[in-house]
Amino acid sequence: MNENYNISSSPHIRSKVTTGSIMLYVIIALLPATIFGVYTFGVPALLVVLITTASAVITEYLYQKLMKKKVTIGDFSAALTGLLLALNLPAEAPWWMCVLGSVFAILIVKQVFGGLGQNFMNPALGARCFLLISFTGRMTTFVYDGVTGATPLALLKAGESVNLMDMLIGNEAGTIGETSVIAILVGALFLIAMGIIDLRIPGTYLASFVVFIVVFGGHGFDLTYVTAHLCGGGLMLGAWFMATDYVTSPITKTGQIVYGICLGVLTGLFRLFGGSAEGVSYAIIFSNLLVPLIEKMTLPRPFGKGGER
Amino acid sequence: MNKCLERLFNGLIKENPTFVLMLGMCPTLAVTTSAINGLGMGLTTTVVLVMSNMLISMLRKIIPDSVRMPAFIVVVASFVTMVQFLLEGFIPSLYDSLGLYIPLIVVNCIILGRAESYASKNPVLPSIFDGIGMGLGFTVGLTSIGIVREILGAGQAFGKQIMPASFEPITIFILAPGAFFVLAGLTAIQNKVKLEAAKKGKKVETKAGCGEGCGNCTNCGGGK
Repeated sequence: MNENYNISSSPHIRSKVTTGSIMLYVIIALLPATIFGVYTFGVPALLVVLITTASAVITEYLYQKLMKKKVTIGDFSAALTGLLLALNLPAEAPWWMCVLGSVFAILIVKQVFGGLGQNFMNPALGARCFLLISFTGRMTTFVYDGVTGATPLALLKAGESVNLMDMLIGNEAGTIGETSVIAILVGALFLIAMGIIDLRIPGTYLASFVVFIVVFGGHGFDLTYVTAHLCGGGLMLGAWFMATDYVTSPITKTGQIVYGICLGVLTGLFRLFGGSAEGVSYAIIFSNLLVPLIEKMTLPRPFGKGGER
Repeated sequence: MNKCLERLFNGLIKENPTFVLMLGMCPTLAVTTSAINGLGMGLTTTVVLVMSNMLISMLRKIIPDSVRMPAFIVVVASFVTMVQFLLEGFIPSLYDSLGLYIPLIVVNCIILGRAESYASKNPVLPSIFDGIGMGLGFTVGLTSIGIVREILGAGQAFGKQIMPASFEPITIFILAPGAFFVLAGLTAIQNKVKLEAAKKGKKVETKAGCGEGCGNCTNCGGGK
């Protein structure tokens, strides 16, 4: 029978987009950054990516088996969480740290709160902050080209000069996935082209961040300084891939703009006035917690209903 | 005497202040960075609880109903002050590590809760045992949280290295977030054990009129 003449109850509008396909697109979009990371940092980075992704998937499988729930590893969300976490780790992360992070992300941040769609903060970032607080030394030691060096962002905070071109291409110290702005932007363009994300959250995030840096950075509108802040650290990876996570970002359009501004201001605040050079992860998980509030405040009024919301 | 044993069991298991009643969360989360701190806090609270339960039970017919709260506070605060001086004099290391949380025992809701709901209505002996039971329950709760946090966060238990040298301490467990993780984890485990027990027919039941506000107590479903 022709599919067009099916008689059924609603929903009538069908789409081939599933959770699995969206997750798969995001994973594909992360591939340029991943490949670049593996190319720059070599075999250790590849191991970190593989171990973290595998242990995230295995944790989800085991938990759902043990709890006698439907096993949902087929929707790639666990794999995506693992991959995102790996991109947020330094290449020298030992295997047990990768496993611990994955288990924390899947078990504590995601499954304990009810699985995909119920987690209140981005699992990968939750795990990154867990590891960052627990193993500060290991998480902030970056080796590039055989030399332990400061990240450009740390240099920037110390008032030293940085090479913008290297930051753009990714010839710098940092976590596996955050170094190359170009590779991340390629992935982001792919996501925008596929309609998975739109510009609202990343756009307002980056714009409000730039405004904050210009106003409070102490350098005025210094293009080099602002660009270095934009390209440095996890800002690009966070803005395009983690702030836009469907589960932990607002649904309403106004809400997304408010959320983006929150992110930008918080990131600027942490970076300029905080103790450490980086602030993207904390800004994102903090804003994740504000999402229910933002959604409640920006609830659209149904057409035809006047007065109170 | 049966009643006294029942009180002990009640405080330790059925209405464990930490894992069941969720009372006294402030010291529970704040001082359990190590097993010895948890034990010290638990025992200190137990002493105050037993003494205040005893005295309040003795005075229960004298204290007018309308001013019972200030009266209870005066009693509790006197004992806390004594305990504080004793700790400072004899166990200064514990006194230093518990710090501000010793004077805060005055406003610990377990102590006022037991005074209000049990000691002010019952004879002296059961009140004393109620204090011992609740106090030990609190001690067990704090010590177990402290042990788990110390093992994971420092690789030690009661100050002795027990994890192999290759174990890298997960520092977050001796910081504030770790307290929440461990408390939630242990509460989940004891709920699980209780549910299993309930399923097997060994129903852990709580007598109606158990003296606790039903809002805090999930045992009998009376508040639902």
